[in-house]
Amino acid sequence: MRRRAPSPAPRRASAAALLTPLAALLIATPAPAQPVTDAAKAATPAVTAAPAAPAPLAAPQRRSGLDDMSPALQALQREDSQNPGFLAVQDGQALWATAAGAAQKSCASCHGEPARSLAGVAARYPAWDSASGRALNLGGRVNACRLRHQQATPWAVDSSELLALTVLIGLHSRGQPIAPPDDARLAPLRAQGQAIWQQRQGQLNLACAQCHDQRAGQRLGGALIPQGHATGYPAYRLEWQALGSLQRRLRGCLVGVRAQPYAVDAPEWLALEAYLALRAAGMAVETPAVRP
Amino acid sequence: MATRTLIHVPDAPRRGEVVEIRVTLGHPMENGLRPDGYGNVVPRSLVTRFECRLDGTLVAAADLYPAIAANPYLAFWLRAERAGTLAFEWTGDHGFQHRETRPFNVA
Repeated sequence: MRRRAPSPAPRRASAAALLTPLAALLIATPAPAQPVTDAAKAATPAVTAAPAAPAPLAAPQRRSGLDDMSPALQALQREDSQNPGFLAVQDGQALWATAAGAAQKSCASCHGEPARSLAGVAARYPAWDSASGRALNLGGRVNACRLRHQQATPWAVDSSELLALTVLIGLHSRGQPIAPPDDARLAPLRAQGQAIWQQRQGQLNLACAQCHDQRAGQRLGGALIPQGHATGYPAYRLEWQALGSLQRRLRGCLVGVRAQPYAVDAPEWLALEAYLALRAAGMAVETPAVRP
Repeated sequence: MATRTLIHVPDAPRRGEVVEIRVTLGHPMENGLRPDGYGNVVPRSLVTRFECRLDGTLVAAADLYPAIAANPYLAFWLRAERAGTLAFEWTGDHGFQHRETRPFNVA
C-alpha cells in the first residue's frame, strides 16, 4: 500500500475502507439496540434525499461516543493509569514548564499552575480573539500565545507538541459542560459550519448530517455510526494508535466520503469545530477521550 | 520528546493478596512495513522485551512482536508476599532501553 498524498498513513485499513463505497452504503442497516431519534427514523430510507435541516437533538437523546463503546474501552478512557492519552499529558506538563522562543518564557511564566489557570478553559473554545479579530480554536490559541508572547514559531496542527499542550489544557476541563461563548461575532462562523455539515460532499455525495444526524446509531459495516459529538479531542484513537486532533478526525471523515479535504489551515475546519461545539453544548468534556 | 510511561501499582495490598500491575509504554512500535505519508517505508523500531523485577527477582516478562500496537499496554498479576522496589524495563531495537522503578508496599 503506497500513498502519495502527504497525509498520515493509516496503520490498518478499516473494514469499511475495504468495501466498495456502494456496498458500504447498502449494508448500513439499522441496529435495533440503539435508540434512534424520530427524525432519524423518518429519514432512514431516503438515502438520496437532501439532508433536512438538522433537528437538533434534545439533551437526553444526545450520546457521546463513550456511551456506545465496549466496557473495556470505556475503562481504558476512565482509568487515568491506563488511558494512553495521559502519555501526552506528561509531555504537555513538561512543555508547560519549558521556556521557549526569543522571549524565553514558558506557559507557566504567565499562567502559573495549570490546575488553577486552565479550569474550564477548553470547554469555551472555539472563541473570539479580540487581539487578532478572528476566532481561534484551542490549538490556535496556543499558537497565538506562542507567537505573541513567547515569540516562538507556531506548531503544526497535528504536531505532537500542540496535541500534548491542548490535551493538558483539555484535561483541566474534563467533566465540565461544553460552553460555547454567547458571542455574536462567532455566529457567521457557526452558520458556515452548519452549512458545511449539511452540504453533500465527495464522490459518495454525503453530508455529515446524513450519517451523524439522520443515521446515528445505525451501522456502517461493522462500525456504529456515532452522533458525532466532538467531546473528547484531542482523543486517542485505537485506529490511529495515537492521539489526534479534531481536524484529523474530520479529515478522515472527508476522505471517507471521497471528498478532497480542506487545506490544513483552511477556515472550514474552524467553522465545523465552532458548529460542533454549539451542537454539543452542555455535554461533558472528556479529553483525553479514547475512541475505537 | 522523552519516553513516557503509565504505571499502576496498587497502594499497600495485604500480604498474600493478588494484585494487578498495569504498565503502558509510550512507543510507536513501528513494524518496518508501514509507509509514511510520502510513501517511504518507516524504519523498524520495536520494543522486543519487557521485564519486571522485584528487588532483582524476575516476576513478569514478555516478548513483544511486530503485531503489537503502538504504546504497548501490559497487565499482570503479582502475589504481594514482600515489599520492595519494582523495576520495569523495556528493551528494543536500536539499543532502546527504558527503566522505571516504583515502590511496592505491602501492608
